[in-house]
Amino acid sequence: MNGSIPVSAAPDTALDTVPKLLLRNAAHYGERPALRHKDLGIWQTWTWAQLKHEVRAFAIGLRKLGLTRGDAVAIIGDNRPRLYASFAAVQSLGGIAVPVYQDSVAEEMAYVLDHAEAKFAVVQDQEQVDKLISISDRLPRLHMVIYEEERGLAGYDHTSLYAFEHVEELGRRELRDNVDTAGWWLEEIAKGRGADVSVMLYTSGTTGRPKGVMLTHENIVVSAQNGNRFDNFTPSDTLLAYLPMAWVGDHIFSYGQAFAGAMCVACPESPETIIEDRREIAPTYFFAPPRVYENLLTQIMVRMQDASRLKQRMFAYFLKVARHSGERILNGQPVGFKERLLYRLGDICVYAPLRNRMGFSKIRVAYTAGEAIGPDLFRFYRGLGVNLKQLYGQTEASVYITLQPDGEVYADSVGKPGPDVEITIADSGEVLYRSPGVFLKYFKNEEATRVIKTADGWVHTGDAGFIDQHGHLKIIDRINDVGRLNNGALFAPKYLENKMKFYPEVREAVAFGHGRDYVTMFINIDLTSVGSWAERNNVAYASYQELAAHPQVYDMVLKRLDEVNRQLAEEPQMAASQIRRFLILHKELDADDGEMTRTQKVRRSTVAERYSSLIAALYDGSTHRHVTTEVTFEDGRRGMVEGDLSIADVPTYEVRAAEPPREAAE
Amino acid sequence: MKADVKPKPVIAGEVEMGGILLAVENVSLSFGGVRAVRGVSFDIRKGEIRAIIGPNGAGKTSMLNVISGFYHPQEGTITYRGKRRRDMRPYLAAKGGIARTFQNVALFKGMSTLDNIMTGRTLKMRRGLLAHALHFGPAKREEIRHREVVERIIDFLEIQHIRKTPVGRLPYGLQKRVELGRALAMEPELLLLDEPMAGMNLEEKQDMCRFILTVKDMFNTTIALIEHDMSVVMDLSDRVVVLDYGRKIADGTPSEVQSNQDVIDAYLGVAH
Repeated sequence: MNGSIPVSAAPDTALDTVPKLLLRNAAHYGERPALRHKDLGIWQTWTWAQLKHEVRAFAIGLRKLGLTRGDAVAIIGDNRPRLYASFAAVQSLGGIAVPVYQDSVAEEMAYVLDHAEAKFAVVQDQEQVDKLISISDRLPRLHMVIYEEERGLAGYDHTSLYAFEHVEELGRRELRDNVDTAGWWLEEIAKGRGADVSVMLYTSGTTGRPKGVMLTHENIVVSAQNGNRFDNFTPSDTLLAYLPMAWVGDHIFSYGQAFAGAMCVACPESPETIIEDRREIAPTYFFAPPRVYENLLTQIMVRMQDASRLKQRMFAYFLKVARHSGERILNGQPVGFKERLLYRLGDICVYAPLRNRMGFSKIRVAYTAGEAIGPDLFRFYRGLGVNLKQLYGQTEASVYITLQPDGEVYADSVGKPGPDVEITIADSGEVLYRSPGVFLKYFKNEEATRVIKTADGWVHTGDAGFIDQHGHLKIIDRINDVGRLNNGALFAPKYLENKMKFYPEVREAVAFGHGRDYVTMFINIDLTSVGSWAERNNVAYASYQELAAHPQVYDMVLKRLDEVNRQLAEEPQMAASQIRRFLILHKELDADDGEMTRTQKVRRSTVAERYSSLIAALYDGSTHRHVTTEVTFEDGRRGMVEGDLSIADVPTYEVRAAEPPREAAE
Repeated sequence: MKADVKPKPVIAGEVEMGGILLAVENVSLSFGGVRAVRGVSFDIRKGEIRAIIGPNGAGKTSMLNVISGFYHPQEGTITYRGKRRRDMRPYLAAKGGIARTFQNVALFKGMSTLDNIMTGRTLKMRRGLLAHALHFGPAKREEIRHREVVERIIDFLEIQHIRKTPVGRLPYGLQKRVELGRALAMEPELLLLDEPMAGMNLEEKQDMCRFILTVKDMFNTTIALIEHDMSVVMDLSDRVVVLDYGRKIADGTPSEVQSNQDVIDAYLGVAH
């Protein structure tokens, strides 16, 4: 039953909603696994046929409880088969699913449920029920809560509280008592249209209240089919659903694409067991933000330190081999026989066991997105033979804007426009796109919709970027943070800072340049990394300040900046942003001093204000500046830090013509 | 965690909810010249959470050891499920449905969480050692049944992620949870908890409180606990008995005990 599925055919009107996909899967792939969940230590499987029955019973139960076309149903909890089934059940009756982040506090939940006008809520457990009860007086429209796990709920008032099984039982009874029910359900599904709203996803905006992004069935189905086609997914592919259900990525990957491609979705036993579960399931398709890959690597490195000498040396040697030829082999580029042989040996001894440890032994495609990924980290996984790629997407686009095709994978770009996606760069540098995945509108917020979405369907991403010499999109910063140098060139501080922050010696970097003649930078060194360097090289120091001012440390940072400038010189759009002068700050930027947010993001304006004399020094050509800064200690006391900071110049390079693609396989 | 093998009333008959499940009368216990417990009497009613509190060295743990049969008092009687006796024996206590956890976690450090909790099922195993060693037929079926009970406990305590981790490698808070799991595996009638929250952070304490309350509600388990965190005691327990220097100085609801002058003196110290 591994045959290909008719996804590559032109958009099929018969399959324009997700519930219709469910019916097709139950008919064509009835015996194949649709969902798995580890329960009581054993993986339990729902086939597509079983899932259809479960969805049908639950949908009819919901109907008995009063769900009608157009009603919104909140779905709150960890990734569970029954919650995915709830999506399909709600949508089969023409309802709108509203997944809500399961870790939101009651306050946030109250806003979303009230704004979405949710009539029902399907939740995982007591924790979520408690939250809803605590805000029930503010949700007059919410008239029923359905829970999946009974634990701790036995003593609760059950007038408007139902167990999931109970609702299913209502549906099953109706199916038994009334022979027309099954046919009626199919008719309800047939009534669904691609243009109907299927889901509302609330974006956790950094400013203001969350907005409800309305996506239609067509958005979901077409985006999912395009995604499947792009990476050739078939019903034998498996993925692990572990990211929040309220996030568009999970909705497209674990729901849309899984239903469109009849793939199997595995749900972990609990949020803590994901690594173990991933190893057992060995997904073929995996998505994670960069920090997940980073944590995995850190864990491996920490464990390697406890390994025997022999293993450590073997590990170090074969990692070198992987760095040298692994990525080229993965890209299908020509590689010498000896190198191939060595890589093969490394695969047996090191890479395959490592991949198995990480749960990547069957991985075909792994994606990362959300923020910039460090090039070393990226190449580490690709070197091991994990086909890690980047994509760029948004809730408003039903995820896909750009993706990296196999063989055209770069650490610093986010790929080419996905199937049916058009991209354009505005004069301001902002990236705009138009695609079949573009959302309908924000729920009850016409004004916000007008700001983001133009009349002819283009959507503003809010990100600044450019198309590089390979035809790939590069995202450089949020458009609001992008400025201009005095010569009119684009100045994207985060792009420059990230390049520096990927070096282990650099903890923070703050770039200046908007309205100036050239770019300068503040650096915070990483005390752990530079400290251990100092230990190894007999550099004595008593404090961060002393180490930061050490001439050798300045040289080290200078070398890194020099490398960054060389890279920038190769990018015509960014060449003017080469860093001319820098200094290493005498103290670490700290949230206690208001220089960073509690989530460790630099507050650019506060830093610029506090250190205005230093910025002036960066631009007036002086080589030293004496500075006094007030600091707040962890216990709340205040004190002064003062010192003499040196300011150093960095060599810059001529803009070089675009080199031919070095790593790409054409 | 529904019992598929119902505990048989080995010692005596069933006790109704609210009836007296266990009573100690005039119990005195001394080690040489040290009089750890002096003439203490109190009772534990079925279905309640009974706290035993008191300053260090007040005799709380000794009292629990007397109830579980580990210590044999020189004077007094213990009545459990209507059967009065001079002292308890550990095997009688275990068979009678008394399970406990220890102040300084007493798990098998080299064994996994799963195996540790499985040991709680020992008394409910019907097949012999040889049959289990061969892992064949009825013995295999029996093990699967017990494994299911254990897995339900693991699920209940949210410790799936450490199912196969040797408990010696676990942080203290989790070890405490595993120990509670082992006690629950006995499907106890009376659960004795010796400082279940000691050394835990606030979040772990809240989790533990939730588990204790759910155990009480779902399985009608009677719980006696020793605890130093007064806010926990006041929140959780139905009745509190206070010991000081081996004597009972107060007994009643949390609010009664809180306003008792003797208790305040015992905790804050008083000029003699």
